[in-house]
Amino acid sequence: MTQAMELVDELGSLALFADLPRPQLDAAAHSFEEAWFGEGERVLREGLTGSGFYVILDGQAVVRAGGKDAAVLGRGDFFGEVSALLGEPPSADVVALNSMRCLHMAAPDLRPFLMAHPAVMYRMLLDQTRRLRTTTRARG
Amino acid sequence: MARGDPPAGDDRPFPPGEYPLVVVGSGPGGLQLSYALRRLGVEHAVISADPAPGGMFRRWPFFQRLLSWTKPYAPAEHGTRAYERYDWNSLLAEEAENRALMTGLMDGTSYFPSRPEMELNLVAFAERTGVKVRYGCRWESTRRETTDSGERFVLETSDGEYRCRVAVFAVGVAEPYVPPTPGLDLVPHYADTRPAETYAGKRIFIVGKQNSGFELASGLLPWARSIVLASPSPAKLSVVTRSLVGIRARYLQPYEDHVLAGGVAVLEASIDRIEPTGNTLRVTVRPSGGGEPVAFEVDEAIAATGFVAPLRDLPALGVATFGSSRLPAQTPFWESATVPGIYFAGTIGQGATGLRKHGMPANSGAVHGARYNARLLAGHLAEKHFEMARRRRPIAETEVLPFLIEEICRAPELWHQRAYLARVVSVDAAQGIADEGFVPLAHFLDAGGPDAIAATIEADAEGGVYPVFYLRHAGKTEERVLPGHPLHDFSSDEHRRAVASLLSELGLAPAEERAAPAAS
Repeated sequence: MTQAMELVDELGSLALFADLPRPQLDAAAHSFEEAWFGEGERVLREGLTGSGFYVILDGQAVVRAGGKDAAVLGRGDFFGEVSALLGEPPSADVVALNSMRCLHMAAPDLRPFLMAHPAVMYRMLLDQTRRLRTTTRARG
Repeated sequence: MARGDPPAGDDRPFPPGEYPLVVVGSGPGGLQLSYALRRLGVEHAVISADPAPGGMFRRWPFFQRLLSWTKPYAPAEHGTRAYERYDWNSLLAEEAENRALMTGLMDGTSYFPSRPEMELNLVAFAERTGVKVRYGCRWESTRRETTDSGERFVLETSDGEYRCRVAVFAVGVAEPYVPPTPGLDLVPHYADTRPAETYAGKRIFIVGKQNSGFELASGLLPWARSIVLASPSPAKLSVVTRSLVGIRARYLQPYEDHVLAGGVAVLEASIDRIEPTGNTLRVTVRPSGGGEPVAFEVDEAIAATGFVAPLRDLPALGVATFGSSRLPAQTPFWESATVPGIYFAGTIGQGATGLRKHGMPANSGAVHGARYNARLLAGHLAEKHFEMARRRRPIAETEVLPFLIEEICRAPELWHQRAYLARVVSVDAAQGIADEGFVPLAHFLDAGGPDAIAATIEADAEGGVYPVFYLRHAGKTEERVLPGHPLHDFSSDEHRRAVASLLSELGLAPAEERAAPAAS
């Protein structure tokens, strides 16, 4: 629980958790574990079962699909939710571009966490909607 | 006497000076690593602030019984490699007489050794295997020094300076930590808990709901008038998480008292503040589910708020840390991810988290995981820093299938370090087929190399335990999940056929597998 006392302030500054009141923010901080990745280290591996859900606290990562860089993620961005919610292996690698500190949650814990924190689920839905709109415009 | 000069008659080994490698610590991690390094012929010094072997087991657990078992009667023969799966506490030795030492030191009242029994086990290992340590030598600070022959680390100690190209810190994760909650610094930490009888008839508030908090609650149940345990998130139970994450079954009695409303309360709440009120304490909490703050009047509070790695000035040297225990960030081979040449062994090696597939952590934080990491680390250090070639054991094509089946059925390395360590057989056009031994799975997946097959045992949150193979072919690696078995017997015809099929993808033809039962 130690780091969570300080993590809670970091969490509160991220859009995904912005709507949580303080006690829920405390509980949310305790629901995640911190993880650290070095430059070039793979966080998600395409095609491997059992991956997790990540929120970036510091640093950047790239989404790499079929050997091509698809998107760069930074502080406050999250990834792994699609495979976690669908129970499928990731369809792309996510690779740390530099030293990266993340919050990590095991895939099976994501659904109950979202059900217990609808405000986070709403924020995640907003993000997914924006991504969908961007993709639709790009195709249109 | 000048600092660093040994007193007259000081016959301790490893006086200050220059060594190729220095290991700091004499707990299970330091002892296992030193033993393995010596077997490989890697010259090194071991220093420890303690007066004798044992590390944290010289003091804890507070209530004097471990959470890790050693089963005197087990499905595997005592002292064999397969027996290691049922003996979580003995260190690993090549000599038959030095294996499974824990069993001979237990009094038979429990298959969880007492703390003094565990301490004896580690002392016996050091004595019998001849692991040498300079005791009473406290590592105090660290710096880097550039010389004509390259960069070195300088470890300043209570006995003087040690210089080395490679330093391994096996210093545990046992430095008490108290978060900055107002008033929490006024109450004792777990480490400073008094004898249980001094809590007789008292109302006790325990901050923290992990194993240390529940251990205290279990031990205080016969004495306390009431007990409250609180932290923001729900208590995790190991029987639910199906891993060592969560409160172990032995400490569940307070939880049952809670659900049966028997004078124990387990709360999901943030600790807002702790204030002295005369002879009592007022603990104010904010329920995680919302609502008004709640205040408790108690006689005693204890901060079971965890421990951190005692890294001293290593972060200032550039060692990145993360997480609740301030663990150093590490490569798959337990090297600092940010300061090459600094390594970690023992429980601190849990900072090399591996893949954590399905959220399952490795057991690197416990002796039964860390001992295998230490053995691998010794081999890695020998190869990388001392130019000793790694052993590749040639293996006949027809032997690969029975070998891999045997490993997934019985290898303690795979069973204790699930989805973390892998047994690798390489198929190299030039060098032939070889058993490459064990490697961290993350390394196998990311480092590349010749065609190979890696075997692991893995588990998921639903309770499945099953073999998983990783096929590396033409630079691309694919995962193949095999089915489980109700009795974890992976030598069935179904498993043999599946592994044979995988081998054929690598161009191997296991043909008639000799160990297969007759098809009658």
